[in-house]
Amino acid sequence: MMVIEHTDVYALAPHHRFQWEDAQNSYVILFPEGMVKLHGGAGEVIKRLDGKVTVGDVIADLKATFPDAEDIESDIIGMFELALSKAWLHKV
Amino acid sequence: MTQTSGVQVNNGVASSITQSQPLWLLAEVTYRCPLHCAFCYNPTDYDKHTQNELTTEQWIQTLRDARKLGAIQLGISGGEPLLRDDIEDIVVEAKKLGYYSNLITSGVGLTEKRIQAFKDGGLDHIQLSMHDITEEINNFITNTKTFQLKQKVAAMIKGHGYPMVLNVVIHRYNIDHMKEILEMAEALGADYIELANNQYYGWSLVNRSQLMPTREQLERAEAVTNEFRATGTKMKIFYVVPDYFNDRPKKCMNGWGEVFMIVTANGDVLPCHSARSLPNMQFPNVKDSDLGWSWKESPAFNKYRGDSWMKEPCRSCEEKEKDLGGCRCQSFLLTGDAEAADPVCSKSPHHHLIEKAIEDAKNPVIASQPILFRNDKNSKRIISGELKELTDKFHALP
Ligand code: SF4
Ligand code: SF4
Repeated sequence: MMVIEHTDVYALAPHHRFQWEDAQNSYVILFPEGMVKLHGGAGEVIKRLDGKVTVGDVIADLKATFPDAEDIESDIIGMFELALSKAWLHKV
Repeated sequence: MTQTSGVQVNNGVASSITQSQPLWLLAEVTYRCPLHCAFCYNPTDYDKHTQNELTTEQWIQTLRDARKLGAIQLGISGGEPLLRDDIEDIVVEAKKLGYYSNLITSGVGLTEKRIQAFKDGGLDHIQLSMHDITEEINNFITNTKTFQLKQKVAAMIKGHGYPMVLNVVIHRYNIDHMKEILEMAEALGADYIELANNQYYGWSLVNRSQLMPTREQLERAEAVTNEFRATGTKMKIFYVVPDYFNDRPKKCMNGWGEVFMIVTANGDVLPCHSARSLPNMQFPNVKDSDLGWSWKESPAFNKYRGDSWMKEPCRSCEEKEKDLGGCRCQSFLLTGDAEAADPVCSKSPHHHLIEKAIEDAKNPVIASQPILFRNDKNSKRIISGELKELTDKFHALP
């Protein structure tokens, strides 16, 4: 598995689209003939990826937004690992 | 609502009915097609529906209504969708509505001008059907000279920055070329390749004995595919299993009326492509029925939702949630009873029909009968009853 560094920058893989779906009441990633529904925190992570921010920036931002969430950092890293293994994201 | 929709409810069914939303709108915008594939799953009586296609406005309204119900993936298919000149308008509307749009094409009719318009309009992806590495098999199985054209179209798709998604229907004539097909796809720069083992509906059911590979061929093909995967290729390979050779059926369409909504060229709203082959069913049509009603309330969509319609052996089967008894159309086409277990299942009392089909395909006399290619003339012959002897072998053709 790829090691996620705080200085890494990730973006949505080509041909993938990220959007809010009312009908699903969640964020989704769309790609040729498929869709994944992102639960809670995953959507918050992907939403912040603009091809410029680093993993560290995302962690800091989410910590500030959700100050009460515990051990949020390992969740975020886990989310990056999952998204990379599924090829939803690519490294910029 | 489950009571008023006339469905018997038990807990499982009630929840699946109230929760289900279409994720996919499959728009079979026309049944006209310049190709004549022997394995086409279009209805054999498609010729009835080539003169009464929905208008552009009707398609646009359908897109809007389906989106409101929750549909997010749009498949534009046919026939050959590019035979309509309003696909550009449909694409623009799809983009506006937030669909992820997929054009499913043979490539015939795709020009630089059109692909540019699709790109500008926001079409997300193009799936191109390929048939073989050899010109000979391509031209034979499609009954057209389209080999060169497909290579050109593949390059065009890539050139416009689209992901390249190839779909190859696998049958007796190309299955021994699996390795070469995968290599060709890789050389063309394919991002995804779908190896779709032939399923037997519509024209491919009529031609079943001529198309079905042997178990040995399938095993070799699967081994080749796995070897290819192990080379570390970046291409994503989807292998659609050949259900006749399994002992459990597929969960057809991921459940009747669960995920897929198909709207046909003439506006019929169906839970699966071949649902019109079922007896005593009346499917709603977008010209006179509200799409939300069609999906949620229409008797046709509720008929096989969940599992309360099941008979034995499915009713008391422990595995019933896994496959929901398989495919209603396949059950009816082969056994004459839409509520029977899919005969692919080894627990089905009709399983011998599948074994016989596999045997028939090995019988050189049966297998060498001429293929009935999918074309307007043959469709008219089937509609008129001229080919009754051939189609009566199955219960429900057209
Ligand atoms: S399978 Fe072949 S004949 Fe049938 S619609 Fe597709 S391209 Fe046309
Ligand atoms: S008996 Fe019916 S429900 Fe059970 S596995 Fe076979 S088809 Fe599926």
